[in-house]
Amino acid sequence: MAGLVFFSSRSGNTARLVERLGLEALRLPQAGPPPELDAPFVLVSPTFADGEGRGAVPKPVIRLLNNTRNRALLRGVIAGGNRNFGATFALAGEVIARKCSVPVLYRFELAGTETDITRIRAGLARFWAAQESQTCLTQA
Amino acid sequence: MKDMTQPRAVPKAINWNRLQDDKDLEIWNRLTVNFWLPEKVPLSNDIQSWSQLTPDEQTLTIRVFTGLTLLDTIQNAVGAPTLMQDAITPHEESVLSNIAFMEAVHARSYSSVFSTLCQTTEVDEAFRWSADNEHLQAKSRLILDEYDATASPLRKKVASVFLESFLFYSGFYLPMHWSSRARLTNTADLIRLIIRDEAIHGYYIGYKFQRGLERVSEAERKEIKDFAFALLFDLYDIEARYTEQLYDGLGLTEDVKNFLHYNANKALQNLGFEALFPDESCRVNPAIMAALSPGSDENHDFFSGSGSSYVIGKAEATEDEDWDF
Ligand SMILES: Cc1cc2nc3c(=O)[nH]c(=O)nc-3n(C[C@H](O)[C@H](O)[C@H](O)COP(=O)(O)O)c2cc1C
Ligand SMILES: [Fe+2]
Ligand SMILES: [Fe+2]
Repeated sequence: MAGLVFFSSRSGNTARLVERLGLEALRLPQAGPPPELDAPFVLVSPTFADGEGRGAVPKPVIRLLNNTRNRALLRGVIAGGNRNFGATFALAGEVIARKCSVPVLYRFELAGTETDITRIRAGLARFWAAQESQTCLTQA
Repeated sequence: MKDMTQPRAVPKAINWNRLQDDKDLEIWNRLTVNFWLPEKVPLSNDIQSWSQLTPDEQTLTIRVFTGLTLLDTIQNAVGAPTLMQDAITPHEESVLSNIAFMEAVHARSYSSVFSTLCQTTEVDEAFRWSADNEHLQAKSRLILDEYDATASPLRKKVASVFLESFLFYSGFYLPMHWSSRARLTNTADLIRLIIRDEAIHGYYIGYKFQRGLERVSEAERKEIKDFAFALLFDLYDIEARYTEQLYDGLGLTEDVKNFLHYNANKALQNLGFEALFPDESCRVNPAIMAALSPGSDENHDFFSGSGSSYVIGKAEATEDEDWDF
């Protein structure tokens, strides 16, 4: 299975979700230059929008995707948030999806529930399997 | 402990260009751009809708709102100010003063709803009802006792997160329910502004709780966690009875309880703890979830497998320069 990259601020919800997934994952640094990725990856990002929806995507995620090579490797996005933010729930997922033309794979609240963990694990496995067979087809 | 014979120390002037904790500025910025007043919402558009509720439904709604007013009043007058005394950074104090003020705005908004939709006598009666309601008084008592037990800043934060992220929801359910049936939709818009604020409040106080917890011993961490779960059990007991009292008449008690479980788990997550209630007991009527975050469920996501359509944006020809989201 290919890569999982995530950002989590110091409140740590996304980090707690990823830890429970039990998959290998790379955490983006809060500050400083973003990593240079070399394999396809799915991104997990929380949402931090204001009331108008501005600023939904965290800065470290923007820095990661500002690198065109990284951006080309992005395959899908899983967005964190909180429904109590109303219409901007998990908006970071949509913004990234639109900008990078990748699917929003899943949305969850805070650190996720048991159901979320099960769905994300199963979903990622299916998603990467589908990606693999697609690459095989195009190579054949 | 404060020594009453010593004159108060002159505080240091606050410098926002020297932060000890970046979160303080981040939250300050979000809270201040989100600032609103009830005048922003055209509540009078709900007058007709209000008149279509039965007298019992009207009474219930006013009572629920007086209960919510009480919680905002407590958080404005006692909760946020008492947390200010424990602030680690001067910027945290400023954020808490913003929170305190917004609680006053929230409390004030319910009275705007009342003056727009209701008769003065009904409202006075409902305020009397809430002052006499044993469940409302009991939950307030539990929270205030923690606020007054000045010995433990961490316990105060636990109580405060439970107020912000759990106790409001037995009340918030009702306007979301009306909204899901196209009733009182402007009032629901106002409540959603309050819900958004409370989400940031619960998040921030929970965040500061987590920072505080890192500084104490393993034994103390365990003690605080036990305390948090015990307090949640006590509050839940009261909330369950309050819910029955309010919602049995509408046949909604079971769904409201699921909503309580769901929110209790989120309150625990704000504190950095794991959930308490199993997922099966948190399944809230999807119409209520949709009322919370309107418009955000239009696209199915890929993993839920519920639909063929999921968001996949058209590639926007973006230059790196305009790659600011
Ligand atoms: C200031 C602020 C703004 C937020 N805005 C949104 C939002 O617009 N939509 C949303 O779904 N969640 C929003 N959230 C909730 C966060 O996405 C959520 O708490 C998330 O779990 C944070 O992830 P982290 O702890 O891994 O950093 C906001 C949180 C804060 C503190
Ligand atoms: Fe409030
Ligand atoms: Fe609040």
